[in-house]
Amino acid sequence: MTGAVARAAVRARRPGARPAGGPRARLLGWSPLVPATVLLLLFLVGPIGYCVLIAFTDTQLTGQESASFVGLANFRQAFGDPAFRNAVVLTLVFTVLSSLVGQNTLGLALAGLMRRASRPVRALTGAMVITAWVLPEIVAGFLLYTFFERRGTLNALLDQLHLPAQNWLFTLPIVAVSFANVWRGTAFSMLIYSAALAGIPQEVTESAEVDGAGGLRRLWHITLPMIRRSIGTNLMLNTLQTLSVFGLIWVMTRGGPGNRSQTLPVFMYDQAFLKSLIGYGTAVALLLLLVGALFSVVYLRLLREEV
Amino acid sequence: MPLPRRRTHRLAADAGLLVVAVAFAVPLVWLVLASLDTEATLRVRLPKSPTLDNFSAVLTDEITFTPMLNSLLICGGATLLTVVCAALAAYPLSRFRSRLTRPYLLTVLFSTCLPVTAVMVPVYGLFVQVDLIDTRYGTALFLAAAQLPFAIWLMKNFMDGVPKVLEEAAWTDGASWPQTLLRVILPLMGPGVAVVAIYTFIMMWGNFFVPFMLLLSPEQLPASVSIFTFFGNYGAIAFGELAAFSILYSTPVVVLYILVSGRLGGGFALGGAVKG
Repeated sequence: MTGAVARAAVRARRPGARPAGGPRARLLGWSPLVPATVLLLLFLVGPIGYCVLIAFTDTQLTGQESASFVGLANFRQAFGDPAFRNAVVLTLVFTVLSSLVGQNTLGLALAGLMRRASRPVRALTGAMVITAWVLPEIVAGFLLYTFFERRGTLNALLDQLHLPAQNWLFTLPIVAVSFANVWRGTAFSMLIYSAALAGIPQEVTESAEVDGAGGLRRLWHITLPMIRRSIGTNLMLNTLQTLSVFGLIWVMTRGGPGNRSQTLPVFMYDQAFLKSLIGYGTAVALLLLLVGALFSVVYLRLLREEV
Repeated sequence: MPLPRRRTHRLAADAGLLVVAVAFAVPLVWLVLASLDTEATLRVRLPKSPTLDNFSAVLTDEITFTPMLNSLLICGGATLLTVVCAALAAYPLSRFRSRLTRPYLLTVLFSTCLPVTAVMVPVYGLFVQVDLIDTRYGTALFLAAAQLPFAIWLMKNFMDGVPKVLEEAAWTDGASWPQTLLRVILPLMGPGVAVVAIYTFIMMWGNFFVPFMLLLSPEQLPASVSIFTFFGNYGAIAFGELAAFSILYSTPVVVLYILVSGRLGGGFALGGAVKG
């Protein structure tokens, strides 16, 4: 009796009151979570678990029966493999160039300029940058391929300006794909920063202006500190997105020439499928997942501060 | 003299933006011009005699209709599954307080950030073993699962915005939770559901790597992969037709984006939703 009263009192105090009483009904209340959870367990958690298992075996695409436990051999092989180290370095170059420097800085610059520009110019720029973002990855890859190709538009423009043309996809493939990723991904940073800048109270900027702070000082001492959370969020999401870019690079260069634009996802695909070393490819995938997980944890930390 | 200074500021900002706009536009201009030019090359150039021949050349079963239908089946089915699962899952997460809620939501948020690309090698291995490889429904199931964390997160945030008063009234009248969800909550958050559905669909429509890995036979491939197998072997390819097909393939997502962006306002609620 008293128990029931206490339970009722607790239920009344809770913000999440629910339809009918009893513990069975309460359990039933959580049943809507079942389909999503099953789907996630089967197709996301399952593969990750399988990934952890396979990464320690010498599984190959042909002859599953011969697979045996090889401990850390795949990881040792990876760290001793110049091709893997090449992929790590290229992934770093690709991420720093296209995400940290390119998308992030250009996105902030665009958001800042848009606050001052006239309305038609703002609308036009926004439309171009966002269209590049909305187009499917493969279409973006084709478009940027035609732009950077030896007979493509970039060289035509350079010809017009009497500047030396180059075979960009051959001489600087990783720079070309980085630019492609900037073209494709800047819109996201631009939108995040537009929202962040709109959130800065006007009085703050104005009073700094009255105090005689120049543009650069205002940027450094006022604007950047005030939007630092958005910067954190944006960097995190951009980096995670850039780490898993595959289609764009695959369409433009297929990781080539040689392996000079072979980032980790492309390397992983190459090892697992073209060279049939599933175990080794999975070990590389696991390393990629770990890096992603690390970033996710940092990201969640950032959010917790904010919420 | 504040006025002229503000004016020069604005001119400088306009000039800067225009430079970026032109740089971003060049590849898009190529796309449009090449699609109208039967002798298109890799360079931007005006077509000698603009025609729609490229479009009629690609509007065949093999190049356009079958892949687009596959895309529609795979992405449409997967979107439906994602939205239903996300709406169901969001209900207890948004309405009930329990020790389970927070860890579950954190896990969901954590998995939105994992690089799906990295999971594809083990997914391929698993799909071979359970015989889901090279099936459209298998691909759709995986796509649904991959988009589900973000869909749950968005859906929960939208559902939090629906006041509880009306549901409580429904409970008093003896309604069960499925009735409450279906008849009271979801109609009230219709636009939110639409945003989740459209966003999910756009992400799936453009996804290349997942169907590229999980589907093998040409007649099952969605447009994102078929465009690559048809045109991916550069050399003597018809660039005009490639451009025309790219436009046909991109139009649905561009249109859908325009539909959602109106609802979401300039800032694209994505940023806000991700920030909680």
